[in-house]
Amino acid sequence: MSKEGLRPRYAPTPTPDTAHFWEGTRNHKLLLQRCTDCGTVYFPPRAFCPENGSSNIEVFEASGKAKLISYTINHRQHPSFESPYAIAIVQLEEGPMMMSNIVDCEQTPEALVLDMPLEVTFEKVSDEITVPLFRPVGEAS
Amino acid sequence: MTVAVVGASETTELGRIPHLSQMQLHADGAFNALADAGLSVSDIDGIATAGASPVDLTHYLGLEPHWIDGTSVGGCSFLIHVRHAVAAIEAGYCETVLITHGESGRSGIGRGGGGGGAASFASQFEVPYGPMGPTTLFGIGVLRYMKQYGMTHEQLASVAVAQREWAGMNPRAMYRDPITVEDVLASRVIAYPFHLLECCLVTDGGGALILTAADRAKDFPQPPVYILGTGESVESPMISQMADLTSSRNFRIAGGDAMKAAGVTHGDVDHLMVYDAFAHLPIFGLEDLGFVERGEAGPFIEEGNTRPGGRLPLNTNGGGLSYTHTGMYGMFALQESVRQVRGQAPAQVDGVNVSVCLGVGGMFSAGACIVFGKELP
Repeated sequence: MSKEGLRPRYAPTPTPDTAHFWEGTRNHKLLLQRCTDCGTVYFPPRAFCPENGSSNIEVFEASGKAKLISYTINHRQHPSFESPYAIAIVQLEEGPMMMSNIVDCEQTPEALVLDMPLEVTFEKVSDEITVPLFRPVGEAS
Repeated sequence: MTVAVVGASETTELGRIPHLSQMQLHADGAFNALADAGLSVSDIDGIATAGASPVDLTHYLGLEPHWIDGTSVGGCSFLIHVRHAVAAIEAGYCETVLITHGESGRSGIGRGGGGGGAASFASQFEVPYGPMGPTTLFGIGVLRYMKQYGMTHEQLASVAVAQREWAGMNPRAMYRDPITVEDVLASRVIAYPFHLLECCLVTDGGGALILTAADRAKDFPQPPVYILGTGESVESPMISQMADLTSSRNFRIAGGDAMKAAGVTHGDVDHLMVYDAFAHLPIFGLEDLGFVERGEAGPFIEEGNTRPGGRLPLNTNGGGLSYTHTGMYGMFALQESVRQVRGQAPAQVDGVNVSVCLGVGGMFSAGACIVFGKELP
């Protein structure tokens, strides 16, 4: 999606409770957290379970499999994107939802079919930040 | 009734804490106070904080509040939160309030951690993907709603058409010419599936309200409009982290609390305002308030039930889509509820005794509901 003449996409500022996530994406791993008391898998990262407040949590690597839950296709100009482009919400196989972009896919309602299977891919934004993106798998691409 | 402090604690460490962000300091103090009280997060139903948005804190801690206070007027804010919490508990708005402070004043870690600062969750986990404010984000769940319930693009467009009919009866409305579903669907795509006419206006304006005790209200020149019930909540600073993209938890909590407090049923409601930044908000509002079942609001509006002459007049000023929308439209929704209950609205509905006004904040981040009445119960 990053093309000539476009600025690099926004690079987030990690915090102590999210640093492991951004270190993971830098190494092309999508890391999630799980409460070892109640089993809840959650995102964004925190040092405690948002279901019950427990700090008995573990970090694990997600499968990278996801499905397309919903999206909008922005038609206005953005300094880092070629319009129109889709801003999507995907649901990871492990449960959590996250915002992302769908790459290797036409940015049209016809190509972006809800519930289509996706897999994670990674785009380097800066030395520190690599963002997780998603692309169609199987026939959908 | 009197109110007492039952839990109190500072953060585990003080001084230099470079390994915790400002939001983590809020959480550390909160968990310590909960432990001191022998409570867990699920026991908290009221939240007050300064220096962080109560929305960010609610989502971060995993709360489900029925009362919030984000008063932020400097270092004495927490004293003011205590005072407001006493009033809220005495009023029955909530039972157990958590008041938090966290500040990385020396280390400056995650100081921009709230309300869209560089270290906020929204900046880390939404901004990189190219959202451009409400037009790209507010409606991001609508395709999921359409797939789940079979709502059509025409039904979504009919929200704008019905409200333009009301706007046509309001001389102060910005857009008054009638429109059709075809006009809406032919207007420019702003962020699919939203067309220009399904997005609110951007205007200048303002308004104000004055409230006093009900026993004094009859001494004033205007007919009194009584507040019968109220409700509020916050959920998440990120629309991608809503529990359900097809329904607002805030609308359900705020609307449910307000109508319960007012002692009114859906059949008692003569007039409804639902903050319409985009065309799907009245659809969510009708369902989350319980006026129709889930998935039925699109057909309900398309069939004309909310237009002039319909059985549930909705957004009778023309709404944010046609009347005006300054950015924080909630004041205008309140003004129209007051006009309708007073009997002074340009598009006056006959015999309005009860008006429900439902507002949204952020992109489903916050919600609030007021039930107004012509008579005290």
